Amino acid sequence: MDWGALQTILGGVNKHSTSIGKIWLTVLFIFRIMILVVAAERVWGDEQDDFVCNTLQPGCKNVCYDHFFPISHIRLWALQLIFVSTPALLVAMHVAYRRHEKKRQFRKGDQKCEYKDIEEIRRQRFRIEGSLWWTYTSSIFCRLVFEAVFMYAFYFMYDGFRMPRLMKCDAWPCPNVVDCFVSRPTEKTVFTIFMIAVSSICILLNVAELCYLLTKFFLRRSKKAGNPKHHPNHENKEETKQNEMNELISDSCQNPVIGFSS
Amino acid sequence: MSWEFLCDLLSGVNKYSTGIGRIWVAVVFTFRLLVYVVAAENIWKYEHDEFECNIKQPGCENVCFDHFFPVSHIRLWALQLIMVSTPSLLVVFHVAYRQNKHHNQRLYKSPGEIDGGLLCTYLISLILKTGFEIVFLVLFYKLYNGFKVPRLVKCNIRPCPNTVDCYISKPTEKMIFLCFLVATSCLCIVLNLSELSYLIFKYSVKCYLKRYIKRCQ
Repeated sequence: MDWGALQTILGGVNKHSTSIGKIWLTVLFIFRIMILVVAAERVWGDEQDDFVCNTLQPGCKNVCYDHFFPISHIRLWALQLIFVSTPALLVAMHVAYRRHEKKRQFRKGDQKCEYKDIEEIRRQRFRIEGSLWWTYTSSIFCRLVFEAVFMYAFYFMYDGFRMPRLMKCDAWPCPNVVDCFVSRPTEKTVFTIFMIAVSSICILLNVAELCYLLTKFFLRRSKKAGNPKHHPNHENKEETKQNEMNELISDSCQNPVIGFSS
Repeated sequence: MSWEFLCDLLSGVNKYSTGIGRIWVAVVFTFRLLVYVVAAENIWKYEHDEFECNIKQPGCENVCFDHFFPVSHIRLWALQLIMVSTPSLLVVFHVAYRQNKHHNQRLYKSPGEIDGGLLCTYLISLILKTGFEIVFLVLFYKLYNGFKVPRLVKCNIRPCPNTVDCYISKPTEKMIFLCFLVATSCLCIVLNLSELSYLIFKYSVKCYLKRYIKRCQ
């Protein structure tokens, strides 16, 4: 169990996302999770070992480290990534619930059900409308809130995004004000700024996606209000064609871990 | 052998779970297992090396560490995750046994087909899961006098000559993650109890309706 499992889960949701959602997912995987695993973890790997205080007093280093780093940057990022990815699970659960209902209808032999077999239901991509629209929009809103909260927590806990070279500590049992030196402060500052920049890009993408969904919603409503004549057969055929096109261009990630796409 | 085995086990049980059961699996995967592997393990990695006592007496640090941490938080956390996931094996065994009896025919194609025998097994597994969660929370509380991790502990066990100050590494970070662990455990307990109540209510109503229809006929 590691970031790969999260990638499998989110890959399943990718099928039902908008284009902006797919870009967001790509940015998340490549510029955040991958950077965290291959680079950032190594930079912070020796953070306490190489945190040095100008004193021989036992315990002073531990206490000063704990005072300046209540929670390590790397752990905060890991939590941020987990919380930001979790709302996508809501969408995955909703899609799984819809598939389950369609399978039930199919098994009952419902005449309204237009699928030929269970495999078709499994492979079908749902359009983001109706209740799925609300779930999807709520998930984007939750993501935005989590991103903002974590960025604020970073700023609040570390007084900005810069990692200083030297920290002055006078917590007990340090005898006086003691100079403590952080390991690799410049490298850590660079990565912190990088992660904050990518978080900001993700926030912008989420805001753009939210605006796109709201615009689509209001346009659809005004179209329905302006065009009272309803052609169900024509709309069904259009939907089927759209679904087929989406099948051809979308990913075919299966999700065996949670079983949400089955 | 690693956490992948546990993931496969829970995914296998997911097929026969209710909606709340699937939410429980998602919570265990995302907020407990994933947080444990990617974050928590690294915090406790060098806990013994970084545990420092204000004394040069050989053996004093070892003895004090052993006294204050009989079982490390992280090991207790891992045990809790394993024990809490294991009752799901009962469901897997039950299904495998029934399928074997019916000559490997696929049974229980949907959660709606859960019958009396599997329902009992499922309810027992829910009770056991909840029981294990509560036992481990109580164990955490009793072993460490609450869920706080102090910065400083005072130790006077032999061979330490006097009362010695010992400093724990990263106490605040450890406390944050312990609180996270307690919160997710409580959430899982609530989910298990809700699922238990839901299933008992649903099947009681079903039984009652069946008897009522029989009586009417």
